[in-house]
Amino acid sequence: MQNVEISIPTLNGWLLGYPVTYLFSNEKLKKATGVVSMQSLHIYKIYVTRYPYVTGTSVIAMKYKDGVIMASDTAGSYGSTLRYKSVERIKTVGDHTIIGASGEISDFQEIMRYLDELILYDKMWDDGNSLGPKEVHNYLNRIMYNRRNKFNPLYNSLVLGGVKNGQKYLGTVNMIGTHYEDDHLATGFGNHLARPILRSEWREDLTFEEAVKLIEKCLLVLLYRDRSSINKFQIAKITAEGTTIHPPYSLRTYWGFSHFQNPSKGAAGTW
Amino acid sequence: MGTTIIGVTYNGGVILGADSRTSTGMYVANRASDKITQLTDNVYVCRSGSAADTQVISDYVRYFLHQHTIQLGQPATVKVAANLVRLLSYQNKNMLQAGVIVGGWDKYEGGQIYSVPLGGTILRQPFSIGGSGSSYLYGFFDQAWKEGMTHEEAEQLVIKAASLAMARDGASGGVVRTVTINAEGVTRKFYGGDTLPLWHDELEPTNSLLDILSSSVPEPMST
Repeated sequence: MQNVEISIPTLNGWLLGYPVTYLFSNEKLKKATGVVSMQSLHIYKIYVTRYPYVTGTSVIAMKYKDGVIMASDTAGSYGSTLRYKSVERIKTVGDHTIIGASGEISDFQEIMRYLDELILYDKMWDDGNSLGPKEVHNYLNRIMYNRRNKFNPLYNSLVLGGVKNGQKYLGTVNMIGTHYEDDHLATGFGNHLARPILRSEWREDLTFEEAVKLIEKCLLVLLYRDRSSINKFQIAKITAEGTTIHPPYSLRTYWGFSHFQNPSKGAAGTW
Repeated sequence: MGTTIIGVTYNGGVILGADSRTSTGMYVANRASDKITQLTDNVYVCRSGSAADTQVISDYVRYFLHQHTIQLGQPATVKVAANLVRLLSYQNKNMLQAGVIVGGWDKYEGGQIYSVPLGGTILRQPFSIGGSGSSYLYGFFDQAWKEGMTHEEAEQLVIKAASLAMARDGASGGVVRTVTINAEGVTRKFYGGDTLPLWHDELEPTNSLLDILSSSVPEPMST
């Protein structure tokens, strides 16, 4: 028994994805077990850090009388450059859900591949059931949170809206796994600029026309005040009847305040 | 590999264009490099970013596409080629610095341009620009791009654009190479030094000062 070697598995390979196992001779065993189990896990260097490259800005969404309405612009920024101007950041998922994404576009494209596969396998059961927004949200939440625990997040903030069996649903999940539902939601700058407007003016029984006007009010504020937004928007709606993603369009902006004409009047050098 | 790379669609196919300067720091390591690389008979890529990373990605994708073509029994589509580039770029995003433009022609969709920037996003576009020199071309293309150009118009646009970028970007220079891909096949062209247009504050080249002095009245120097 003297020359037997014993292997001790540990959790030391948790970032590698497989357990790291140490080999000890019999006489060292007691000390080794003590060291391996009692020493705290030292993380000396974590190599998986993530930087976003091509990013989308805010998504805003709210429930209205017939369902859920969601809007975003069609910009893909590359740092401070507005590099891509026709990026669709709102997509359908199955029959009952729409998803809007801000953050890294490549990660959103990968998420869409996961979701399309999920919906396909669900359809293949051909059992009369279909995944609704709650199920899709839960699935995404698991993916996002597990990636976050491995320090390798999908760099996105997602908004999910849908209608199933007459029930309206609106939820959000982001790269750190935080998730919640509400009557109106936004990502990024939208949280600071759009949500206050929605908190003040949103009602349960908005018609489609009223909802569009409210959303456009928010989109305009984001256009004025968010540097990474562009004047090209997409509005999507989902009701019990189905999904519509409208083609991109632009809004008229207002610059006619008298103060804008000559802001330095009476205070030369002011801005 | 500071660069200017361009890909445009026209009414018969695509034209890919690039400069030819490869720099290591301030030194021009290669003044006549070829940044437009073949993946298949009908699909080429413009490479920008790390020369090593883009070369190895191109090699892998060329290898995969070769096998795919054999299995498929017909030429690979541009979309498949672009997606293979995207997969390598996306799955190794922590380690790679590669911004590429994939362009080609296939019988299903005709001429197509796919942009695969850092991070591994894939976007199909009617035209695309990339590399350090592209910063100077966003405004130019916003103004000069038109849908459905002829081959001659598109070629002139690419040469003009590359040449403008090379005039202002220190990391771009040398010659302009273009590759046209359409139903008929692939044509490579080369536009060197004197054939390129001159821009603001650039002078007509001469052989020597002596030629200037020996000609009629030398022009007075401006103060």
